[in-house]
Amino acid sequence: MTAATTPAEAVGQPRRGFTGGWSLGASLFVAPAVFLLAVFLLYPVVTTVILSFEPGLNNYIRLLTADPKFLDLGSFPPRGALFNNLLWVVFYTGGCIVAGLLVAVMATRVRYEAVIKAIVFIPQAIAAVALGVIWRFVYFPDERTGLLNAVLGVGGIDPISWLGSQSWVNASLIVAGIWGSVGFVTVILSAALKGISTEILEAARVDGATESQILRRIIVPMLSLPISVVAVTLVINVIKLFDLIYTMTQGGPANASRTIAFSMYQDAFASRNFDYGAAIAVIMMIILIPVMIFNVRRFRAEKVIQ
Amino acid sequence: MTVADTTVKAPARTPTERLMRMVGRAPVHIALVVIALIWLVPTIGLFITSFRPRGDIQSTGWWTIFAGNFDLTLENYNAVLGADLASQSMFDAFLNTLQITIPSTIIPLFLASLAAFAFAWVKFPFRDTLFLSIIAMLLVPIQMTLIPLSQLFRELGLIGTFFPIWIIHTTFALPFGIFLLRNFFITLPKDLIEAARIDGASTFSIFRQIVLPLSVPALASYAIFQFLWVWNDLLVALVFAPRPAGLPMTTQVGALLGTYGTEWDILAAASFLIMVVPLAVFFSLQRFFVQGLLAGSVK
Repeated sequence: MTAATTPAEAVGQPRRGFTGGWSLGASLFVAPAVFLLAVFLLYPVVTTVILSFEPGLNNYIRLLTADPKFLDLGSFPPRGALFNNLLWVVFYTGGCIVAGLLVAVMATRVRYEAVIKAIVFIPQAIAAVALGVIWRFVYFPDERTGLLNAVLGVGGIDPISWLGSQSWVNASLIVAGIWGSVGFVTVILSAALKGISTEILEAARVDGATESQILRRIIVPMLSLPISVVAVTLVINVIKLFDLIYTMTQGGPANASRTIAFSMYQDAFASRNFDYGAAIAVIMMIILIPVMIFNVRRFRAEKVIQ
Repeated sequence: MTVADTTVKAPARTPTERLMRMVGRAPVHIALVVIALIWLVPTIGLFITSFRPRGDIQSTGWWTIFAGNFDLTLENYNAVLGADLASQSMFDAFLNTLQITIPSTIIPLFLASLAAFAFAWVKFPFRDTLFLSIIAMLLVPIQMTLIPLSQLFRELGLIGTFFPIWIIHTTFALPFGIFLLRNFFITLPKDLIEAARIDGASTFSIFRQIVLPLSVPALASYAIFQFLWVWNDLLVALVFAPRPAGLPMTTQVGALLGTYGTEWDILAAASFLIMVVPLAVFFSLQRFFVQGLLAGSVK
């Protein structure tokens, strides 16, 4: 019998120091992962922060005061990647949640619920690159071949260059983004919706509540936790938003649709301005920190519930 | 059926009542049909377009095939698969995507499950501190690493190979994988693992013969999520995919958009080649797929 298999150890008697019942060698299980994370994640993060301060605060000052592509407070409404991302946070997140909740609530009332959820969920499987092509085609300015302009043409509306006009481009991109993400919201909220007791809803109906009152006064408050979780996820995604902008507009026209992540790629890798790109990445990280804190609290809360 | 049930639910019984209920629900059905159309039509439109001759695409909408303009061809797929439209063909790009995606799924699956097992079942110094540090890394945007990594890989002489892209996808998949799998592994019955230990099983054989076989659903969800993540990735590929012959399909379509921005015959066929594998995964493994994506929503 070897030392490793004595019953005394099996019940948890420590063999050496504070390693507990199992051998220290077992910590080699984590060694490959820790090595990769230290060298290819932690080290570059620290280097990026250092790089962004070369020289001094110059990159940050230029980004926030002298780069209209990143932030232009001189016009009204403001422009630039930072402001565009704010539009995304508000309208994309809001649009996804409203549409996702409505689809989830309506779908629970019909027998083909699973089919509707699957249809809305399909875009989740599609690469953002392909999603970008799909929507570039929908928005195509020629009313003979572009779907949206053809539909509007039936109503006598002249074709609009959705992605080619500075006033329409962000709204058009956000609609495409919402289309891509509603399925995710629907599936999560629909699962949460199943947790609301039907007795509560029936009682409200018997008391004469309208469907919109039930939605606003009962469903939304009872789903506030899953809704906030979904909102945080969407905000994180949108602050990292890159693929859709790259494929649909390349940040144009005239840089009107840039986002933070697109600016970071463009300035760091297309213009080879590494320290400037590093500063954009750091700003992105700083914006994400409050969202992350919320998320960490959520992990803790989930642990308590489990 | 009890009396209480009938008073609360009042189910429709007569044909008239049933009809009234159907009419009452008509707005819901209409709204859902409209929603289904909005979510299906853009994709179907591009799909139909990918089979239409070039001349037709430029002069008429895809919807005219329903009005008799029914002239379909495989020529577009032939063109993108065969011709070198942007330094390589879509077929080469498809092979590159496979070469990038398969190791970038298998390696993190293996390394994350090893580490997750230790975090769940092996005691070692600083275990909880290390686990929390890894969870914190879950939230680092990849943009925070790209610039130093491009310099690091150049110094290591790895630019022009698939190694940088494999390493980055593996590294960035680890925090999420360790988090997900560790939370699954700790739910496994403790008695089973203790019993194996008493029988003299080594730590590694417990991992391989007990923990992994019992965790297939979690491993499958993670693998599918990671597979689709890498398959659909554009940013890492733009920075690190070997040029000009090692580009995956996503960057290839990005390049086509620059050169053939309004040539929908090429773009439609190329886009569907990217989509075909994820859609096949979606329709065949929908359960794992949804679980993986939902679990992965934290990434």
